[in-house]
Amino acid sequence: MSDARLKRVALAIGAPALALIIAFAITSLVLILAGDSVIGVWQQILSVPDVRGVTNILNAATVYYLSAVSVAIGFRMNLFNIGVDGQYRIASFVAAIVAGEAWLPGYLNTLLALVAAVLVGALWAGIAGLLRVTRGVSEVISTIMLNAIATAIVAYLLRKAAVDAEGSNITATKDIPEGSWIPGFSLGSDAPNDVYGFIVVAVVVGFVYWLVINRTRFGFDLRASGASESAAIASGIDVKRMVLVSMLLSGAVAGLVGMPILFGDAHNYGSTFQSGLGFAGIAIALLGRNHPVGIALGALLFAFLDEQANPLQILLDVSPDIVKITQGVIVLTVVIAYEVVRRYGVRLEQSLVASALADDDTDDKGAEVKV
Amino acid sequence: MGPSPCFVVHDPLEPAEKHTDVTTTTRADDIVVRLRDIGKNFPGVIANHDVNIDVAKGTVHAIVGENGAGKSTLMKTLYGVQKPDSGTIEIHGRTVTLSSPADAINAGVGMVFQHFMLADNLTVLENVVLGAEKLHGIGAGARKEITRLSDAYGLAIDPDVLVEELGVGSRQRIEILKVLYRGASIIILDEPTAVLVPQEVDELFANLRDLKAEGLAVIFISHKLDEVLSVADTVTVIRRGTTVDTVEADSVDSRRLAEMMVGAELPSPSTESSTVTDDVALEIRDLRLEAAGRELCADINLTIHRGEILGIAGVEGNGQAELVESIMGMRSGVTGSVVLGGRDMAGSSTRERRDSGIGYIPEDRHRHGLLLDSPLWENRILGHQTTGDAGRRIFIDRARAREETQAIVEKYDVRTPGIDTLARALSGGNQQKLIIGREMSGDPVLLIAAHPTRGVDVGAQAAIWGHIKQARRDGLAVLLISADLDELIGLSDTIEVILRGRLVGTFDPATVTPEQLGTAMTGAGDAA
Repeated sequence: MSDARLKRVALAIGAPALALIIAFAITSLVLILAGDSVIGVWQQILSVPDVRGVTNILNAATVYYLSAVSVAIGFRMNLFNIGVDGQYRIASFVAAIVAGEAWLPGYLNTLLALVAAVLVGALWAGIAGLLRVTRGVSEVISTIMLNAIATAIVAYLLRKAAVDAEGSNITATKDIPEGSWIPGFSLGSDAPNDVYGFIVVAVVVGFVYWLVINRTRFGFDLRASGASESAAIASGIDVKRMVLVSMLLSGAVAGLVGMPILFGDAHNYGSTFQSGLGFAGIAIALLGRNHPVGIALGALLFAFLDEQANPLQILLDVSPDIVKITQGVIVLTVVIAYEVVRRYGVRLEQSLVASALADDDTDDKGAEVKV
Repeated sequence: MGPSPCFVVHDPLEPAEKHTDVTTTTRADDIVVRLRDIGKNFPGVIANHDVNIDVAKGTVHAIVGENGAGKSTLMKTLYGVQKPDSGTIEIHGRTVTLSSPADAINAGVGMVFQHFMLADNLTVLENVVLGAEKLHGIGAGARKEITRLSDAYGLAIDPDVLVEELGVGSRQRIEILKVLYRGASIIILDEPTAVLVPQEVDELFANLRDLKAEGLAVIFISHKLDEVLSVADTVTVIRRGTTVDTVEADSVDSRRLAEMMVGAELPSPSTESSTVTDDVALEIRDLRLEAAGRELCADINLTIHRGEILGIAGVEGNGQAELVESIMGMRSGVTGSVVLGGRDMAGSSTRERRDSGIGYIPEDRHRHGLLLDSPLWENRILGHQTTGDAGRRIFIDRARAREETQAIVEKYDVRTPGIDTLARALSGGNQQKLIIGREMSGDPVLLIAAHPTRGVDVGAQAAIWGHIKQARRDGLAVLLISADLDELIGLSDTIEVILRGRLVGTFDPATVTPEQLGTAMTGAGDAA
């Protein structure tokens, strides 16, 4: 039994490792076909980052992590929230306005803006949830459309809310007063940049996610609904309510995605605010198998690849977009590897059961026979 | 029926070479299917080993065995769904390799599955030619061929009616015709009688005798032994993955066959002295269910007392499942009253009803009873998130849930290596025992058992019957829905027959016969 469990742990680690190796091999193939230096690229990407790089990796991972947890909440009950992208952008925009207006002093202002972001994110995702439970609209379709709508709304309102910075053509909201910024911390006296203070919030979100999903009745209902909707209904779970609630929760966490950037770096929402984080979240949630620690590792990996690829253009005249290929391939190989491992695991269980029963049978069969 | 031209006794303890010597009166070219030493391994499990079967033309050859004995694995091998790891398959005297069902069809082997694969909105003709358009076209040629086959084998099929207008028996005949149309001379029928009422079974058997008379070979898989004995010429018994014995049907009785299947005597359901009390546990008045403008159940009135088992007999699809889901609160559009232990449950959610003391053994345990990819102890919680102590509060008491699961596993004899095993890995019978243990552990007032022994082996069946009887002795009210008339008659205190969503007759199991029930179930006669 413990032997089998050991085997299962080995599989759980082996599958993503194998997927990574295959993804690296495919990336290498692309490099060879393009006539770029394979060794040079990997030497750069797999080199040890300096303090500045590590800080950047942690910061990017923080943002990715929140995005992936948001997606994972939906995944746990078979909901595909593709709308994290729109949810975090509209939430970040609203939070930037609230914080920029500074109706409350200092950190109260920060808190108010965070609450606004969470509410707006939940609301935006809630539209998709509501459509799903009342009209049966697939959340995949509705969240994609809501992404487009969010982009348009934010672009439109940004024109209205923007303050014109002198001598710049960047459109952005009013800057957040310095007293409401979330301070970071540095990784050493020689570090040129700070790690987002918001990383603490991300860790807390991860812990709460784990606690709620794995240890509470609500989490059980949610997982049961995801594992088998029909069984969940028969067991007395109000699946429609669970769909709506998990969409709201997913959106609430999505609302936090832009906050580390807003309060730790950008201090306003402008046309250059980072986009596409929601889609990275989907990939990372898949990679991390919706597990809080797995997602953290996935977020760090993606952030690492991004950061390490940055100098490729200067050093080797290779576009850093090569790691986007790697990241995309990782998602594919990981999905395949997990499915292979899952099937193997089921077979492993079945053979365990069979061998346990075979032992049983030989023990008591003799006594039963009375021909 | 007539004596079988092929009579081969396989003793699993003897080496395989012996079989050729044992063959007696059979001419070698009469054997159309010859399986020799077929073996199939799945990791850690031997699904089949040393399987030896000879099927002669012009016979019905039954293959019987408990669930999980390896019948389906063997048939998948013969139908090309999977390749055997060892052994040879000879069809019409030629050794063949079957890599896909297409290969099997080319070799002349056709299979009729338990679940029909027909498109309701197409005609019989369209269903038959679908995927076989090259044979006789899709028009007049095909119609002529279908009519010819229908006449030759007495199938009585009109090629131009819509399948949705046809009953279960006709649909099955279409499936048989589909196989014949594709040129099969060897037809495998997988549990063909599971979905039929007794009268339809008789019709099917008449068809099979026609097929046999035309020189076809029919392989008939079943675990209903009386039926096997009435239709088959030769019976092969499979136990634990291998052929135990092949006997002529008229040389054995069903009890002997059952003993060969399990190595022990067959248990039977039987009612004991009545435990019915005057306490009403469940009272249903004028229950009606409408969905999308269709009336699925109507005028349902029934009362179950504590200590009483009320059986519901009916052909599948006549509103049994809908009735159960209405009582469970899983359906919208229900009117009428459902009073459980004096409390009107109308408008209550499924969870409130479960909390009020309904235990539910669902018809489809995979879809409604279990989280297949979750461990057993999590499945213990399912449906009891708010009842047992395991999960009354915000947090789930995992330690408690695990203890309770262990207790269920021991008390209900769930054969599993441990409570961390995934539900999917257990056999059907053990999954069902887990569900029954779980539902009984909540101290229910009413137990709804829908097809509780469907697809479970003889050993588990006896245990499940035992648990239901025990529940009755303990004063539970039990609503038993079953397609197995013997089970209904053996366990119930009262039997109601359901037809097109209405209760059409009440019977006393002490005096009713399966034929009378069958008549009421099809609406053929005037119900009592």
